[in-house]
Amino acid sequence: MSEMLDYKSRLSDPASRKFETFSYLPPMDKKQIKKQVEYIVKKGWNPAIEHTEPEHLMDNYWYMWKLPMFGETDVARILAEAEACHKANPNNHVRLIGYDNFAQSQGTSMVIYRGKTV
Amino acid sequence: MAKTYSAGVKEYRQTYWMPEYTPLDTDILACFKITAQPGVDREEAAAAVAAESSTGTWTTVWTDLLTDLDYYKGRAYHIEDVPGDDTCFYAFIAYPIDLFEEGSVVNVFTSLVGNVFGFKAIRALRLEDVRFPIAFVKTCGGPPNGIQVERDKLNKYGRALLGCTIKPKLGLSAKNYGRAVYECLRGGLDLTKDDENINSQPFMRWRQRFEFVMEAIHKAERETGERKGHYLNVTAPTPEEMYKRAEFAKELGAPIIMHDYLTGGFTANTGLANWCRDNGLLLHIHRAMHAVIDRNPHHGIHFRVLAKALRLSGGDHLHSGTVVGKLEGDRAATLGWIDLMRDSFIKEDRNRGIMFDQDWGSMPGVFPVASGGIHVWHMPALVAIFGDDACLQFGGGTLGHPWGNAAGAAANRVALEACVEARNRGVEIEKEGKAILTDAAKHSPELKIAMETWKEIKFEFDTVDKLDVAHK
Repeated sequence: MSEMLDYKSRLSDPASRKFETFSYLPPMDKKQIKKQVEYIVKKGWNPAIEHTEPEHLMDNYWYMWKLPMFGETDVARILAEAEACHKANPNNHVRLIGYDNFAQSQGTSMVIYRGKTV
Repeated sequence: MAKTYSAGVKEYRQTYWMPEYTPLDTDILACFKITAQPGVDREEAAAAVAAESSTGTWTTVWTDLLTDLDYYKGRAYHIEDVPGDDTCFYAFIAYPIDLFEEGSVVNVFTSLVGNVFGFKAIRALRLEDVRFPIAFVKTCGGPPNGIQVERDKLNKYGRALLGCTIKPKLGLSAKNYGRAVYECLRGGLDLTKDDENINSQPFMRWRQRFEFVMEAIHKAERETGERKGHYLNVTAPTPEEMYKRAEFAKELGAPIIMHDYLTGGFTANTGLANWCRDNGLLLHIHRAMHAVIDRNPHHGIHFRVLAKALRLSGGDHLHSGTVVGKLEGDRAATLGWIDLMRDSFIKEDRNRGIMFDQDWGSMPGVFPVASGGIHVWHMPALVAIFGDDACLQFGGGTLGHPWGNAAGAAANRVALEACVEARNRGVEIEKEGKAILTDAAKHSPELKIAMETWKEIKFEFDTVDKLDVAHK
């Protein structure tokens, strides 16, 4: 059994800030993000990209990057929009959403570009 | 032509056995498993159950003729063998909707599982399933919020919710209790839970618990940037006391409260669900006493019926069993009743013990809660069995971590997210579970230690309440 470790989480340490699904895993690389986009497409959900300044992380409404990509199934195009959003807002969190219009909710949502936490 | 009165005792079958009857869309349908006394034939036993659970009594009474009993009576309309068990049979009974008060689960239960269960001609009786017609469903309030609203309120998408019951279940002071809550939430859990035994005992009164727990939630939210909650148990000796506690939870800004629906009773539960709907709080439902009612395969009420009753009465979460943990639960049967809790239309499926189609219309779904003896090694199976619309609760599996609650919480969160991520990639997670967790543990010392701690713990006992399938 290894030695006991302190659980490093502090109000004063921005690295303690999480952002829901997959934020306890290491950041995803491009190949991994692509797999998640494929999952959203396979589920028949509508992909969407949103972003926010990290200080407003807990707000319900982040900025939409254009409109949700209704009916879009081209994984490369979805990834290109996510990357364009990230390039235009390099310090922001960027999340990938799959809108499920039958459940009238989000089928999934995950931050794929992590901004500089505060 | 008007009927004439003739005093005396008639065979039940003359009035209540109607094999030619085609049930109406508005009828409440019930499937009973009947074990009759020796010498009582199936048709008479089925008719007796129909009679005693509806309009009948043991003898003819003259006042029967003041009403139209043919309209109000329950009808036994079908009999079927129980696969693999010759000691009993299924009887299907149709009840006209006007036998029951609108929106009252209480009234339905008082008839269907009332005196009839003590009836002498029947050795044992079990209510296996009930079809609630959409006309009745529409008169019930149902879950105060439902799965989608809860996801939106808590900002949790694309994965199961992660929770934990605070232990030891009795004896902690309010401040120490709040500490345990805080540690779990900062470590990555979404929700923590009052143990059902926690009400307002001398060692910790409810008011102090509510205050300390809310401080824990607020601090964990600021620290992690995620939404958190704790099921504040408002189960109380009287409805007045229950509402007093609920009001205080609301005043403190608590997102969710909790109730024990069987020990507290359906009247209290339905009232509290209505209160939650009016006041914007989520409602977690515990099911203490259910195993007394649902575990005996020949007598009592099947859990799928108790689950349906809760969905009608109202609750946003309901404990469903885990399949893999320390508590009873056959896999196929569990999959059946978690669908009954979550979906809007569930088809008859004898392989899962579902005897009727059930249409819930637009009634919101209930989150099934998997809790009891589960730990990180169970995560791949839990994600495969329950999918995303569930709340997975690791009590000992969080608090028993060698480095404490925060580390235990982080281990569970990493394990959950690793399984979901792999599933989304198309990996068969039950088969590849070990590899997924081992891989994730490379980045999480908390998960690595959890995996070492619980490596050998399994709960492999045979299920007592099995589905009825031929095994001869």
